[in-house]
Amino acid sequence: MGEMEQLRKEADNLKDQITAARKAMQDTTLQEAAASINVVGRVQLKTRKTLRGHLAKIYAMHWSTDSKLCVSASQDGKLIVWDSITTNKVNAIPLKSSWVMTCAYAPSGNLVACGGLDNMCSIYNLKGKDGNVKVMRELAAHTGYLSCCRFLSDSEIITSSGDCTCVLWDIETGTQKTIFAGHQGDCMSLAVSPDFKFFISGACDFTAKLWDIREGTCRQTFGGHENLSRINYILDLCKLYDLRADQELITYQDSSIMCGVTSLAPSLSGRLLLAGYDDFNVNIWDTLKAERVGVLAGHDNRVSCIGVSSDGMACCTGSWDSFLKIWN
Amino acid sequence: MSNNNASNNLIIAQRAVKQLRLEASVRRIKVSQAADDLKNFCLQNATRDPLLMGIPSSDNPFRPPKSCSLF
Repeated sequence: MGEMEQLRKEADNLKDQITAARKAMQDTTLQEAAASINVVGRVQLKTRKTLRGHLAKIYAMHWSTDSKLCVSASQDGKLIVWDSITTNKVNAIPLKSSWVMTCAYAPSGNLVACGGLDNMCSIYNLKGKDGNVKVMRELAAHTGYLSCCRFLSDSEIITSSGDCTCVLWDIETGTQKTIFAGHQGDCMSLAVSPDFKFFISGACDFTAKLWDIREGTCRQTFGGHENLSRINYILDLCKLYDLRADQELITYQDSSIMCGVTSLAPSLSGRLLLAGYDDFNVNIWDTLKAERVGVLAGHDNRVSCIGVSSDGMACCTGSWDSFLKIWN
Repeated sequence: MSNNNASNNLIIAQRAVKQLRLEASVRRIKVSQAADDLKNFCLQNATRDPLLMGIPSSDNPFRPPKSCSLF
């Protein structure tokens, strides 16, 4: 069909335009710009607490905004809310489906959410009147697994799914407010901007997309406009993209690292990037110099999730070894 | 049946082009400016970063105090 050919040509032209426009902004590299800064000194964090209680692999964890409580999800079918300082279990919530892949703590501290192979996002009220934690809402509409969820408030949550979409939900009514469609592969994770206006999703189509939450539109796409057909094996890398320059700034890689990154968390100033790997370790990177400045070794299996508390005082890691560790 | 598929593919292609036009029109800044802003943010906030600066044990909520104090 003539029109399809035209559209294909126009698409290719636009992709080339984007590549050229990005290249035109490359008057230097982050490496060059940071040349005058010294690498951060060796960072040695110690395990301060070990949170024991899960009976199977931990798949996700999320800090509460109070920097004290955190929630973890394990395929033992439990969501546990921990006091990270005393190591006490504040709540142990049994889940209907044990195939959980993600969990989240609402900024208010009132709610937690989780989901996984049940394709649903279940919201739990931690502050119910009788003290029992119950399911408050089951958000069902995704046609694929729930890979990640993050609260905007007690009334709104964003989910990412194996059905290639992300959704903004109204928790009160249990309905979808906005569907963010565009990814060509399973959406695996999402992160919300501090002002709650945007979020970024990462997917199996090798791209990350920046979404305007209120407009419901995709503003930028990273990693996808290049021709990826030459890649015939998956190379797990860690890359830093700048939103305003609309491109990759640097890659965090080391020839001695032969495995994939499972999770990421920046320190408070952004100078350190903590990344969990399949080889049971966490590598600490100097964000500006792209050099490894520390290692957290202590788990006996893959580090599946990591998070730095809001006040920046501690890093929490969750592992397939069923333990969570607090480091600083 | 094949007509439906053809028009569906057309709609998908039109949407893809529309999206690419949007993304192509994004205002970009130079990498030098982005890098400088990133550098400055990290350096200015360095002293406030506990994991970077280290935490004295007396200020570390995750470490038990070494001695017992009565207040």
